[in-house]
Amino acid sequence: MTDVTTDIRPAAGRAGLVSRLAIVRVPVSIVLSALAVLFFVIAAAAPSVLSTHSAFDTDLLSSLTPPAADHWLGTDDIGRDLYSRIIWGTRGSLLIGVGAMAVAFAGATVLGFTAALAPKWVAQPINRILEILLAFPTLLLALLFVALLGPSATSLLISVGLGTTPGYARLIRAQTLKVKQSGYVEAARALGHPWQIVFIQHIAPNAFRPLVGLVALGIGQSVVWASGLSFLGLGVAPPSPEWGALLEAGKASITVAWWLEIFPGLAIVLVALSFTQIGQYIQDLAEGNAR
Amino acid sequence: MTTTEIESPDSKIETFPPAGKKLLEARGLNVWFTGQNGERKHVVKGVDLELRAGKCIALVGESGSGKSVTARSLVGLAGDNAIVAADALELEGETLLGRSDSWWRRVRGSRIGFILQDALVSLDPLRPVGREINEALSLHGWGTRQMRRDKVLQTLTEVGVPEPELRARQRPGELSGGLRQRALIASAIALHPDIVIADEPTTALDVTVQAQVLGVLKQMLARGTSVILISHDLAVVAKLADAILVMQDGEIVEAGPSSQVLSRPQHPYTQQLIDAIPSEHTKGTRLSANDGVFTHQLFAPSASPLFLHEAPLLEARNVVKGFKGPDGIRRTVVKGVSFSLGRGETLGIVGESGSGKSTVARIALSLETPDSGEVRFLGEAWSHATPAEQQKIRKRIAVVYQDPLSSFDPRWRVSRILTDAITLGDPKHASRARNRAAELLETVGLTAAHLDQWPLRMSGGQRQRVAIARAIATNPEVIVLDEAVSALDVSVQAQILDLLSDLQTQLGVSYLFISHDLGVIHHMSDRVLVMQNGIAVEQGTADEIFYNPKHSYTQKLLESLPRLEYAKLRLAASSR
Repeated sequence: MTDVTTDIRPAAGRAGLVSRLAIVRVPVSIVLSALAVLFFVIAAAAPSVLSTHSAFDTDLLSSLTPPAADHWLGTDDIGRDLYSRIIWGTRGSLLIGVGAMAVAFAGATVLGFTAALAPKWVAQPINRILEILLAFPTLLLALLFVALLGPSATSLLISVGLGTTPGYARLIRAQTLKVKQSGYVEAARALGHPWQIVFIQHIAPNAFRPLVGLVALGIGQSVVWASGLSFLGLGVAPPSPEWGALLEAGKASITVAWWLEIFPGLAIVLVALSFTQIGQYIQDLAEGNAR
Repeated sequence: MTTTEIESPDSKIETFPPAGKKLLEARGLNVWFTGQNGERKHVVKGVDLELRAGKCIALVGESGSGKSVTARSLVGLAGDNAIVAADALELEGETLLGRSDSWWRRVRGSRIGFILQDALVSLDPLRPVGREINEALSLHGWGTRQMRRDKVLQTLTEVGVPEPELRARQRPGELSGGLRQRALIASAIALHPDIVIADEPTTALDVTVQAQVLGVLKQMLARGTSVILISHDLAVVAKLADAILVMQDGEIVEAGPSSQVLSRPQHPYTQQLIDAIPSEHTKGTRLSANDGVFTHQLFAPSASPLFLHEAPLLEARNVVKGFKGPDGIRRTVVKGVSFSLGRGETLGIVGESGSGKSTVARIALSLETPDSGEVRFLGEAWSHATPAEQQKIRKRIAVVYQDPLSSFDPRWRVSRILTDAITLGDPKHASRARNRAAELLETVGLTAAHLDQWPLRMSGGQRQRVAIARAIATNPEVIVLDEAVSALDVSVQAQILDLLSDLQTQLGVSYLFISHDLGVIHHMSDRVLVMQNGIAVEQGTADEIFYNPKHSYTQKLLESLPRLEYAKLRLAASSR
């Protein structure tokens, strides 16, 4: 196996996540994924650094140019540089992914903790509702929310977030139930800590620990779902270079300009894959660490 | 079927090595483990042993001594990362070194049977035990389908399983611990191997069940099977072994006939192992070699122990508690238990698994509220107090669990675990907390250097010391010890028991000492409560209970207990 060894051993025997990252050999796939994520983060933060052309200037003379030295990934039907459009579209796509994840985790945290810790008459109805929502496919649920909120970037973010909430809520509930029964929670109670302290000191952090990887995993997923909704015309409207919208716009010329579909699609795949890889890796580390 | 009479393993004049046909021999056996980073660990260092027909030899030692690795090397199961080397490693003259997996598969089960410690994890939970035994037969191509079916029933009968036809159809989870262990033995001996290697065969079992399993092994010996018994428990070994090999750090430090090793140990480590066993004869004495740990006066001396008119510290009256099982049926686990615990006193609660003793511990800690009856603390409401009132009492009643590691938050180092207990969220103690934590560690026999360690990287004994330090951090008057020494090696257990005795003298603290181990209970307790199926069947002073048990269950428990003293007395008598 080709491994990049980043052996920066800490002086003392720290057993935290950070030191684990330092002592273990980091696989090549994770290094590549991290580079890809870094690239997209720069593209989102400062697109002008990476772009070669304007994302919006039209140049009808060079419309539908195939990939070439001048236009790395070709141009669209009104001559806009595709590479630059993808770069400029990163911010929208990533923000929707991260935002959706934030919405999902915020909702899931509240619902999950309540479902695990609240008295039965509160927890039971929440559990039943979560179970009903889980019966719907995520995309269908997201579509439902878009239909209610109307198509826009914000509503896309909220919809994808709410659509993925039930799954995460169940996970957080299960983790919380597990931690609640652990010896250290009982030991803290026996010491005489009030339950709020036990919750903040032990239950919440330990319930989240195995889920940190899921956040990165979820961002990748959300980008895919948001692009899917945009492609269906339910998200960001056309002049914006959001990736799903790029796919949608390129659909018309797919027979003559393959690059208009392939490259935005590759960008989505790359983001989803990188985040998933990193998420999976963090997940494994966290689980390995938690006995 | 409890074979409880304690006999000397061999009343004939013993020779060492015992006479008889040589079956298995190891000369200069060495085993190394290769770690992840390529470094080698030498775990078995030049072990010599030989097993003769119809004899039982025992490998005794504490965890990490290499006894299990030695046994596993004898059946080719040392593991992929192990390097096994020996001057000679032979089964009836055939070498065991460098054999292929398929060769081993033919030998294991047919010529050497291997019995593992825990039947619950060693048996496939989804497979009826009869099928498990049947597979052991069919793997070696033994007999026809019908013959195998009969053989399964016959083997189950041999190991003393009643109603074998019913049991063969049941899954391990449906069997009790003793039946399960016997089913495991049955699968190992179905083909009547000449040699059976039993790795801690009774460690996870209750004492009455242990007696049954030892009886089965004894019958196997009587039928001429040779046995290699691996155990940390000298009393168990004393019942069966002809010869004992004591291992420490991968080396055999002493080997000889059982009578000699037990009654006239030559090596100090053997002596230490024998001394460390708590029992009725060790009461009031130190079990470990080291002295007390008090170097400085850390606590205000406890007030005069005479509180004649004081209400008992803890008083439980007719406590009843039931739980709803997964099948929705409510089962009563504690059926009307009453006890009282005075200041500076130790009350031992003894019982087998499922007797409800741990539930009693949780009720005493007010972590469960009894369905009826109540627990009072110094005459005040405790089990039925309001949460705010309970909060005030909680720091006066501490707890130490069997598994300290699971009672520590995995994100916390020792310092945080202790300072958390010292401050209890009160910032005015925060400045002194770290110093106080260091003092507590010294009190329990550790040093301030342990403050920055992760419990995960400490040894079992060190972890339990940290747990005790946490328990005394709040200056409690009562400490509930729920199987607090059960998971420890005997010499570590001896140190922890000594530490607990020291702390009691120094702090005047009372112990509610819960254990399944009768020897430990007798060593520690002033008074004893015996529990069976949720009922306190007998209560009295430790000597009353142990020397003059009234209830038949207490008598049965005491009879089942393998006692080193008895074995030694018998051996001494027979050699005279």
